[in-house]
Amino acid sequence: MSAGVGVNLENLWIRFGDFVAVRDANVNINGGDFFSFLGPSGCGKTTILRAVSGFLEPSEGNVLIGGNNMKGIGPNKRPTALIFQNLALFPLMKVWENITFSMEIKGASAKERRKRADELLDMIALTGQGDKLPAELSGGQKQRVAIARALCAEPDVLLLDEPLSALDLKLRQHMRSELREIQKRVGITFIYITHDQGEALTMSDNVAVMRAGVIDQIGDGKTIYNDPNTAFAASFVGENNVFRGTVKKVIGNEVMVSTNRSGDLMARISSNNVGKMKEGDDAMLFIRPEAFALAPVGTQGDHFVTAQVTKEEFEGNVFNIFMEGEGGKEMKVSLPNLGQSFESHKGEPMTLEYDVHNAVALPAGVLATE
Amino acid sequence: MKNFSFMRLSIWFYLVIFFAYLLGPLVIMSITAFNSPGFPRAAPWECLTFEWFSALFQDERILNGIWNSVLVGTGTVILSVAMGLAGALMLTQIWPKLRATYYTIIIAPILVPGVVIGISTLVFWDRVNRMLGLDADSFLSSGLFLTIIGQSTFIASYCMLVLVARLQRYDNALTEAALDLGASHAQTFRKVLLPFMRPAIASAAVLAFLASFENYNTTTFTFGEYPTLTIELAQKVRYGITPAISALAFIIVLLTVFAALFNEAKIRRQELVAAARKTATVEELETGKFRLPGFLSSNTAAVLLVVVAMATIAVVGTATVYSPAQCIADVKETKRLETELRIQELLQRRADEAARRAAEEGEQSDQAPATDATPKPSNDSGFGNVFNPGTLQDGGTETPEEEPENSGSGGVFDPGNLQSN
Ligand SMILES: Nc1ncnc2c1ncn2[C@@H]1O[C@H](COP(=O)(O)OP(=O)(O)O)[C@@H](O)[C@H]1O
Ligand SMILES: [Mg+2]
Repeated sequence: MSAGVGVNLENLWIRFGDFVAVRDANVNINGGDFFSFLGPSGCGKTTILRAVSGFLEPSEGNVLIGGNNMKGIGPNKRPTALIFQNLALFPLMKVWENITFSMEIKGASAKERRKRADELLDMIALTGQGDKLPAELSGGQKQRVAIARALCAEPDVLLLDEPLSALDLKLRQHMRSELREIQKRVGITFIYITHDQGEALTMSDNVAVMRAGVIDQIGDGKTIYNDPNTAFAASFVGENNVFRGTVKKVIGNEVMVSTNRSGDLMARISSNNVGKMKEGDDAMLFIRPEAFALAPVGTQGDHFVTAQVTKEEFEGNVFNIFMEGEGGKEMKVSLPNLGQSFESHKGEPMTLEYDVHNAVALPAGVLATE
Repeated sequence: MKNFSFMRLSIWFYLVIFFAYLLGPLVIMSITAFNSPGFPRAAPWECLTFEWFSALFQDERILNGIWNSVLVGTGTVILSVAMGLAGALMLTQIWPKLRATYYTIIIAPILVPGVVIGISTLVFWDRVNRMLGLDADSFLSSGLFLTIIGQSTFIASYCMLVLVARLQRYDNALTEAALDLGASHAQTFRKVLLPFMRPAIASAAVLAFLASFENYNTTTFTFGEYPTLTIELAQKVRYGITPAISALAFIIVLLTVFAALFNEAKIRRQELVAAARKTATVEELETGKFRLPGFLSSNTAAVLLVVVAMATIAVVGTATVYSPAQCIADVKETKRLETELRIQELLQRRADEAARRAAEEGEQSDQAPATDATPKPSNDSGFGNVFNPGTLQDGGTETPEEEPENSGSGGVFDPGNLQSN
């Protein structure tokens, strides 16, 4: 595949009156990448996308597409195609007319358009449905028509604004792999917006985690999951158990945190924060549910946690055990189902151990609210 | 249970009254178009006749009025829909912040009396005309131009209301989608927004045409050398009306019924086709084996449309061969006999009275008017009478005993009445 056209955001600020929707965003998106912006609703994802597609002029900073500054270039002159959150299919045009709208604009003949539409319909597995109206399609089919319509314009960059949010779970999962498949085939840059961390992690080469207009971290899925930059990223991406406390001792890349509830615990400092955490700082320690293992009840140590079991759940592949955690929030532990036998410990204390390498210490910060 | 049925009964009763109130006058008016007497009346029924239709089609002024109305209507439709669309776009898209102010300004012409609009149009364009140093017969002072401009000032507001309602359901993302796919603003307008607005534009155009067609208040000041149908009718009524006007009304009612049925049938058909397409399989659509539902199947409006069309054709066919001459002659004969009988009666009574008075006072009086009066049959329906200046003209020569019957509101406005009293 060709290298594709990259997109760069340089010191991008977008304000609506006094309100800052995007604060000093710096992002380099490689050509041909599947890049996701991940963040809770209202954090400014759509705003960034609109700045890239040209519907919004940045208050400050630049948007570069393929190295060219897009300042003053309208949305109809940019090599981008946007898939809208509500799809925005033209309701009065047939499916094939919708798909080839960009060709009609350029004055292509109906025959050419029909031919191209048939090719694209084949690609999105809607062969022969070109004469239907959008209203006559199901949600997933509309979704694919919107993608075909955008691809028909042969953009260098495809922008997708939460395109799967309106679909049911099954279809959403199916469309994930389909989108990834399409992206690999056409080889153009995809910029994908979502508030669903599962989507972001499974599909993307790189993910930017956003919080209230600020980009907290950019990296591939593994990095973001295993080595978050901020407390927000740690708590927003995937499930995580938080232990609040203060830094007691820094030992190289590791730190001892005296937690409010579970005594002194050891953890690895997230790589972006090495050297930034000092004794006495407020800190947060994050341990994923799957990072725990059972230990003999009552074992003491800097990587053991003991708490009361409040609830037990069997999920098939894992056993979920919920224990009394911090601030009334439950602590979740997921033990893989390897055929072992489990007795109920409900109401009893239980001790867990973890590998220090799997616990991440971060400066205290805002957590994502579920 | 009892209450419930009583409720239903009263609802039905109300509906009957309501529709009688709405449609009664039109029905009666339509009937009068087929009755032979020279004044529009539904009862007594004399003879079925179509002569009022031919009278209508021979009336130069009415025909000319219709033509002028169509000219004015067309101009008004074009101007009002264009202005209405511009206003609606402005209201919803361009100045969302000034919406309230702008809305008030643009709605104002609807609230201003038509008469005021008529006068101000006349005055304003006369000024403009003079400022430009043009003649009194320039284009700017032509009745056609003034009437279109005058009517459009407020009809454009109606159009805007219709169009705004549709525009509010427009998803701006569609415009953005089109731009994003490379369309210019003009292309987006033409290929996306305009098709979306088409049904509303059609409604606005129909509304504008009807509003223009029936307008009198404004037009009466501006029509100049282009009297529209309403103007002609108003002028005609001053000299008494004939069933030819009923015939015109009937034609208009019929056209309306046709248009309404046609529209209804079309909508229903679209629904049926959409439903059929939805259930059709891909292969059916592809191979062209997909069969559209028949035009008449489960489409009441379409069936009615066809029935009404057939009935119209049948009636027109009958009209060309039918001659009411015999019937009219018969009725004339009956009337003559009746009249004679009554004259006899009258004379008899008068003679009796005269004899009585002579006997009492020995004095003669000649208060009774002419003896050659042709009193009308006394079973006139109230309806015919109220609108019947002709009756009143007769009334002057009628016997005093029959006078109270005619003293409805119609009498007040009738010049003939004044003459005779
Ligand atoms: N045109 C606008 N005017 C004022 N505020 C806006 C506008 N568009 C977006 N915002 C605000 O900017 C913030 C980010 O919005 P958005 O980018 O749509 O969030 P999301 O991440 O859910 O896509 C929100 O708080 C929203 O209210
Ligand atoms: Mg959004």
